[in-house]
Amino acid sequence: MNDKKWLYDEEIINKLSEELELLKSESGASATFLIDKDGQLLTCASHNTEYDTTSIAALVAGNVAATDGLAKLLGENEFSILFHEGENEHVHISLIYKMVILVVIFDESTSLGLIRLRVKKFVNRLKDLLENAEKNKRRENNDGLFDDITDDDIEKLFGPSDSETGQG
Amino acid sequence: MSFINYSTKEINCKIVYYGPGLCGKTTNLRYIYEKTDEKSKGKMISLATESERTLFFDFMPLKLGEIKGFKVRFHLYTVPGQVFYNASRKLILKGADGIVFVADSQIERMDANLDSFDNLRDNLEEHGYNLDNIPLVLQYNKRDLPDLIPVSELEQALNYRNVQYFEASALTGKGVFPTLKGIAKEVIKKLKG
Ligand SMILES: Nc1nc2c(ncn2[C@@H]2O[C@H](COP(=O)(O)OP(=O)(O)OP(=O)(O)O)[C@@H](O)[C@H]2O)c(=O)[nH]1
Ligand SMILES: [Mg+2]
Repeated sequence: MNDKKWLYDEEIINKLSEELELLKSESGASATFLIDKDGQLLTCASHNTEYDTTSIAALVAGNVAATDGLAKLLGENEFSILFHEGENEHVHISLIYKMVILVVIFDESTSLGLIRLRVKKFVNRLKDLLENAEKNKRRENNDGLFDDITDDDIEKLFGPSDSETGQG
Repeated sequence: MSFINYSTKEINCKIVYYGPGLCGKTTNLRYIYEKTDEKSKGKMISLATESERTLFFDFMPLKLGEIKGFKVRFHLYTVPGQVFYNASRKLILKGADGIVFVADSQIERMDANLDSFDNLRDNLEEHGYNLDNIPLVLQYNKRDLPDLIPVSELEQALNYRNVQYFEASALTGKGVFPTLKGIAKEVIKKLKG
């Protein structure tokens, strides 16, 4: 039932991070992230710390989902790129192979043209990686890692401080 | 679909609060937000109309403890309950690991509860999920008000799966954390496979 398991693979995530790093430096962007279509951050280039990546991922995924819904209504296959232009910062969002969402944040120190060019190259480099990952996806599983979780483990997740507020 | 990241040792799960308009979904999230300490939560994002009705979604990330050395994070979402927002409601449901169905206990909202529950079933099916087996808990909200539907009646109308249910008053916070823990358990149980 899980069609995304392949992305959990450590090797792939590391590869993606490297590619994001490269994209960031080649394009002069201030931040680059990959998120999944459900709004979870997959990985980002380093030095993205000034950004609230969790919130950005949720909003961008919502944005892409809404745009995709719109495309379907209009009979388009997809709108693969979104661009939001601000006064200082701009966001370039692309849906890659309908699998993952690439977010590039940049400012006036670079240009939309360069960003577009570098994103295109990035997408090409990702193609093989994602295709191979796709082939591997059946192989992955939890290795029974979570088989013996107890109710107690779950209770502990919420920590001691929440137990007061947790009273019904 | 819970997202297990082996490189950062994180498990991310998406929980969606579903239910008819004004049943108290956003109020649940706000209460959780208020009662969670700073280090365990991120920003709460509400995409709402000027009259505070949810327009697209509310979102809040919650960091819980660890399981088997994996940091557990929950992403809580609410859908817009108003009937005409169905297209957006459906989008939010995508990728959900667990559902909290919030029912409004006021007598005049019974039909709205039933419609919303049917709508949940339909929307899940469109994403290839099944209401019969997705992790689910029920919350009977607004128990602080007069003229309520008896719990037995809500049980009969909604709880065909015999899942956990919680009586709540999201406004005062009663039952809010038990509901969250209830769905957390169901979702994590599912990780076992
Ligand atoms: N008395 C009482 N009022 C509640 C309770 N929970 C929510 N409310 C009130 O009900 C109204 C609607 O609550 P929301 O949380 O915005 O409802 P919602 O389900 O998010 O509504 P939509 O966004 O339109 O789908 C607000 O005025 C809340 O204060 C409750 O337990 N008791
Ligand atoms: Mg709401």
